[in-house]
Formats: sequence, C-alpha cells, structure tokens
Amino acid sequence: MERYLYIFRGGDAVSAQQSPELLQAHMQKWGAWMKGLAEKQILDGGEPLEVAGKQVNGKNKMVIDGPFMEAKETVGGYLIVKASSLDEATEISKGCPILEHDGKVEIRQLKKVDMPK
Amino acid sequence: MQDKNSTYNVHQLSDHLFRHESGKMVSVLTKIFGTENLGTAEDVVQQTFMDALQVWAFKGIPDNPSAWLFRVAKNKAIDVIRKNKHSVQYDFSDSERALLKSEYTLATTMENLWKEELIADDMLRMMFACCHPEISEENQITLILKTLCGFSTAEIAKSFLTSEDTVSKRLYRTREFFRQHKIKMEIPSASEIKNRNSAVLNSIYLLFNEGYNSTHSNELIRKDLIDEAILLCKLLTENKDTQLPETFALMALMYFHSSRSDSRLTTEGEIILLANQDRRKWNYNLIAKGNEYMDKAAFGNSISNYHLEAAIAFEHCTAESFGKTNWKRILELYDWLCKISPSPITELNKAVVLMQVNGAAEALQFLKGISEKNKMETYYLYHSLLGEINSRLNNSVEAKKNFETAIRLTQSKTERKMLKEKVAALLN
Repeated sequence: MERYLYIFRGGDAVSAQQSPELLQAHMQKWGAWMKGLAEKQILDGGEPLEVAGKQVNGKNKMVIDGPFMEAKETVGGYLIVKASSLDEATEISKGCPILEHDGKVEIRQLKKVDMPK
Repeated sequence: MQDKNSTYNVHQLSDHLFRHESGKMVSVLTKIFGTENLGTAEDVVQQTFMDALQVWAFKGIPDNPSAWLFRVAKNKAIDVIRKNKHSVQYDFSDSERALLKSEYTLATTMENLWKEELIADDMLRMMFACCHPEISEENQITLILKTLCGFSTAEIAKSFLTSEDTVSKRLYRTREFFRQHKIKMEIPSASEIKNRNSAVLNSIYLLFNEGYNSTHSNELIRKDLIDEAILLCKLLTENKDTQLPETFALMALMYFHSSRSDSRLTTEGEIILLANQDRRKWNYNLIAKGNEYMDKAAFGNSISNYHLEAAIAFEHCTAESFGKTNWKRILELYDWLCKISPSPITELNKAVVLMQVNGAAEALQFLKGISEKNKMETYYLYHSLLGEINSRLNNSVEAKKNFETAIRLTQSKTERKMLKEKVAALLN
C-alpha cells in the first residue's frame, strides 16, 4: 500500500451560494464518504484549509499575502489515503463530494526519498 | 440585573436537571474519549454545568435547557479533541472516532454521536463498563452513582455512611483500572450477556436497597436512589439484548417494594413495621406497574431470585391486612428461594415467616441450623429475631439478652429505639 495525497481545488463558489441546510447536507456527504474510507482503514488524515494565507518567496524571502490565484484554482484542503496504485487512488477519489460542487481533485503519490547511494 | 429569586430558581432547577442529564452526558463523552479518559468526560460535564450556572443566572434559563447543555458539552468535547488528537492517550483508531481527527468531519461526527436515539444504548454500555467483573461490587455501585446517576462524592458518602475520602479513593481506583485496561464501551456478546447482565442487576438492586432500607441518609437521597435504580433497570428492559426475564422481575420487585415506601417511616423517620403500616398509604399505581412487569417476566425456562422475591412482595402488597396475609404461600416461596439462591439473610427472612405459619418453637429450631452462623452472630437482625422468638416463647431473660446484643450491633438510631421499646415491653 502506498499513500496518496488528494489536493482539493475549487468547489467553494458553489458552496457559497447554497442554503445552510444544503451546505449541512453537503458536509454530511463528506462525513459519509470519509467514514467509508475510515472503515476500509485507508484514511490517513487530512484537513480543510482557510482561503487566506501567505507565501514566502526565494532568496529574498519576499512575503506575499494570499489568496494567490482565482477561487477555482485555490487549494481548499487535502486528504491522505492509502491505495495500491495511482489508478486505484484515482478511482477512490471519484467519490469525493467536492466533484458535485464542480471542484477538482489532484492525486499525487507521496514519494519515498531513499538515502543517496 | 436578575433578582435573588430567579438565581434561587436557577439553582433549584439545575440541581434536578443536572442530575438527570449528567449520566447521559458522561456516557456519550466516555464513548467519545474512551473509558481510559473517563476523568476527562466527567470534567467536561462539570465545566458545562458551571457555565450553565453562570450564564443562566445572568440571562435566565433557556427554553430547552437540555439542548443548551448538550450544545455546550459538544463544543467543549470538540476543543478537547482538537487539543489532544495527536496524543497517544486518545485512541482514534476505530472508524467512527477516526473521523473526529479531521476538521472535514469533526463537527458532523460529533453531532451524530449525540443523537437522542443513541443515548440510551450509550448509558447501557456505560453500565456494563461500570459492572466489569474485575471491579468490586462496592466500587461498581460507587462508580454507577457518580457517572450514571450524577451523585456528588459527598452524596455517595452519605448514602453509604462512609467518608468522602473513601469514596474518592474508590473512584480513583476504578478510573485507574479503566485507564490501564482500556475497557471497551460495549454491550456484551450473546454468550456473556446473561452473566454480565446479572452483575448489573445485582448492582441496581443494591442501589435500590440502599435507598429503600437505609434509615441514615436524608429523605431526598433515599428517594433519588430508588428512582435512579428504577430508571437504570428500565433502560435494561428496553434493549433487546438485556430484556431477560430476570430484568423484568427485578423491575416488578422494585415497584412492589416502592409502593410501600411512604408508609414505612413516620414523619420523624422512624420505622413502622409491616404489621402496623397504614395500607391505605400504599401506592396502588406502583403495585399495578409491578404487576405489568411481573407478567412480562413470565417467559423463558428459568426462575431467578428476583422472580421469587417479587412474588413474595406481591403477596404482601395484595394482602388486605397483616392478619390476612397468605403466609403459607410466602413460606413456599421462601423454601424455593432458599434452594435456588441460598443465603443466611434469606434463611433469616424465612424464619420470620416460619414463626407466623408454624409458631415460634419451629422458627427457633430452624434458626439453630442457619448457615454461616458465625457471620450471623454479628448481625443485629439475627439477634433481634431471636429476641422476638424468645419473647413469644416466654423466655424473657433470653429475649432481653438477645435484644440487648442487637442494640449493641446496630448503627441505626431508629432501630435502637425500637429495640429498647421491646426490652421495656418485656419488663411489663
């Protein structure tokens, strides 16, 4: 089993337009989806992120206030999931409720860095 | 500003409400944090009550005080989890609790864990944890009173005529046991349920007896003990795994006994013997409830001591007068009880009935063969009964000795007073 990072982007624009009841229902969907992952014992944590942030750049350590790109490209959160392959991890990510809000999931395998030989 | 009167009302209402809600809240929170963190669960409840007293005294009591308490407790629980989610002390490995670790699901999962329809089962699980076979009987009851019945350490100490220090030590030991063994909050499996349930029933009955028989504690605590015992047993009757015949039988027994509780004591707290009780004061609604549960207890192929004790109590409850009591039937039931659940106390009770049916001489003969005689020699009721028998046999000198021994052995002022009256009667 390898570990994969799901990077969530967008989806907030749709969420922002919804009534509190619908939003609540949406959060329950996240709960149900993640519960399924937890029951299969492949959930390895993850958190949503605030929109505001800062970025420190290069040698000069120049600081920029975020958000850094348009809403649909902003990273809104992450999750780490265990799967046997990138394809399997991709299949699993299709259950993510963010897709219903027109968001995106980027799937990346966590890399193991060996000692240089 | 609120006037003094409303502050008083806040305290009065909250005492009752807190006791009622405390058991539910501790049970749910222990499910969330694990029994190894029982202390944290109790702290959250305590802090919630303190918040309530402060806010309510100022803003008035909310329309739905229970919902208010639950909401505050949920928020506090969320804070505890945020602070401790990476601590090894908290185990979030099972799938439901795993969701408490991520902010994506923390709030909704917390909400789901507090659903009204789950709370009764959480309380049952808590009861089974409290009555774990490796915890001693007195520690079991102490813990039940503290966690499920919302009793303070001082109130528990009063109920058991012991010091607050002793109660604190007992609670500490049990919490340590939970911490070390991470006892699961679960309803036992089908193969264990009968034994584990009988341990829970035993504790409930001890609680009840503490309320019913005690002459030492104040009236309010006595009533609360009786009510809490009935409430806990009722929960057991409502769950399919624990609604065994003996569960219903204990419920019937407690209702039969409690129907007579108002006529047992004078307003000064002195005991009135069954023969002298005003039967019009008995609560016939409670007797009817006892009958309902008695009917429900009549299934399966085993008879428990609760069935027989309930049947005996039923005979007393339905007798028109002391003289018209069906003593013969009661004696048969005691014979049976001595067979299935022999104990010197049961034999002592049987001797009382024997005296009614076959006379004092036979009762005396029977008492000579009582089991665990050494232990009974230190029990005041044994000597008190011997005194009664000897006085009926006109052995006044013996009887006086018996009553005087009983006076030395009892702690209870009321009992002592009654025994002294008997000695005085002998001299006349």
